[in-house]
Amino acid sequence: MKSALVRFLPLLLIALLWEIAPRIGLVSSLALPPLSAVLSAWVELLRDGELLTNGASSLYRAGVGLALAILVGAALGVSMAWWRPVNAFLSPLVELFYPMPKSALIPVTVLWLGFGDGSKILLIFLGCMLPVTIGAFNGARGSERVLIWSARSMGASRLRVLWDVVLPSAMPELLNGIRTAIALAFILLVSSELIVARQGFGYLIGFLGANGSYEGMFAVVLTVALIGFAADRLYQLLMQRVLQWRE
Amino acid sequence: MTAAPRQSFFSPRLVSHVGWGALRLLPIALLVVGWELLASSGLVTPFMLPKLSAVLQRIFDDALTGELFLNLGLTLYRALVGFAISVVGGILLGAGMARSVPIRWFFDPIISVGFPMPKIAFLPIMVLWLGFFDVSKIAMIVLDAIFPVVTATLAGLNSVERELIWSARNMGASERELLWQVMLPAALPQILTGLQVSLPLCLIVAVVAEMAMGGYGLGGAMNTASRFADSRGVFAGIVEIAAVGYCLIKLMSLIRRRLLLWHQEAEVMFSTS
Repeated sequence: MKSALVRFLPLLLIALLWEIAPRIGLVSSLALPPLSAVLSAWVELLRDGELLTNGASSLYRAGVGLALAILVGAALGVSMAWWRPVNAFLSPLVELFYPMPKSALIPVTVLWLGFGDGSKILLIFLGCMLPVTIGAFNGARGSERVLIWSARSMGASRLRVLWDVVLPSAMPELLNGIRTAIALAFILLVSSELIVARQGFGYLIGFLGANGSYEGMFAVVLTVALIGFAADRLYQLLMQRVLQWRE
Repeated sequence: MTAAPRQSFFSPRLVSHVGWGALRLLPIALLVVGWELLASSGLVTPFMLPKLSAVLQRIFDDALTGELFLNLGLTLYRALVGFAISVVGGILLGAGMARSVPIRWFFDPIISVGFPMPKIAFLPIMVLWLGFFDVSKIAMIVLDAIFPVVTATLAGLNSVERELIWSARNMGASERELLWQVMLPAALPQILTGLQVSLPLCLIVAVVAEMAMGGYGLGGAMNTASRFADSRGVFAGIVEIAAVGYCLIKLMSLIRRRLLLWHQEAEVMFSTS
């Protein structure tokens, strides 16, 4: 308890500075509303439901996009590692598209699917798929030959080996790829909502900022940042659980 | 040319090398042809998917008027200045955290809470504080791209072998010499991995910031094109940004290979994240 206090004291100090600096006029309270004002704006937003409706639509988009990216990405990566022709065909494409800054896709997805959920889901799906693919590929390719051989010699079918040997040994790298994908999903979600949307956290941030209600804007920014942080931490916990069978 | 034993031009190895290269280009050629055919087939409207040839024509026209180079230059300038600041700042901060307990105490929770946050959400705050111009965009890039550099530097420095440090101390290295001549070079592979994560982030954020704020730059140009429903312009932007990203990342891995000639690391095919 005490060590945690010492550890997180710097954050507390920053919070304190945030509260005091605008109050004593060190910075304009327009540029940085005091923390207490931001918190009360947060409660306000929560009460009138703005935060919940926009948050729900943001999380829905991120969730569906990510789920699709994980399913398709993992399937692609494992097949690339398992069937050589698939690898020969897909790896040049993966190599070509992987370095592409995914945010460039924002206007295209809007062009195709409009301003609503569809364009964000497509964007997150496309943007997050490749890190998962590469994680699955590296993991599945790295599975030990000896394990595969012994499973085969004990009479397991190829599909059986894929499911029982290759997939579990691909798990750590696959899960790491998914972690990258989660971080990317939040970046893509918020930026696409900031640029074009009629709903969602990003939209709410832009809307409040444009109306000059900066306390509210800071409150939503903080909410998004904390949700991103919490998602990563929860995922790490989950990862540890899943990988417990490894020593 | 020295008198080294020359390989015949048609050596089997060379042929298989060329053949393999051609095979790798095949899927990309199929993609190009597929795009062109799909766009001319009438299954999709030119608004949804303009022909690749039309998009390339558009890029060529923009290159002739000079617009392309203006936008390209601005985006690269922002991304690379942001990257440079992140690299220098991140390595300094990481080294400071590795060497000094108070610095580490202060920044450790900030880094561990800040790294997983989607910092792009701070974009409107940056605009509020620093205005619409280059400073806010570059600050946004640094805010996003510095974290991987700091954590990689810190992890790299902390995993330097003790024996290396002990022997350097034993031979009379000062603290400064120890840091610059022993620890940082030994941590270089990990630091470079951090840079390889950071560079694509710089481009992503540069493009997003330009899209959100408008004005010149590849992202700004795409945003304008999308407002005017100019889908050729949008696709031209994608091709341009993808090309820039590809070149920068290839360049970075070339630099890595050069810098680590002395290091016995196994080259990985793809680096995740």
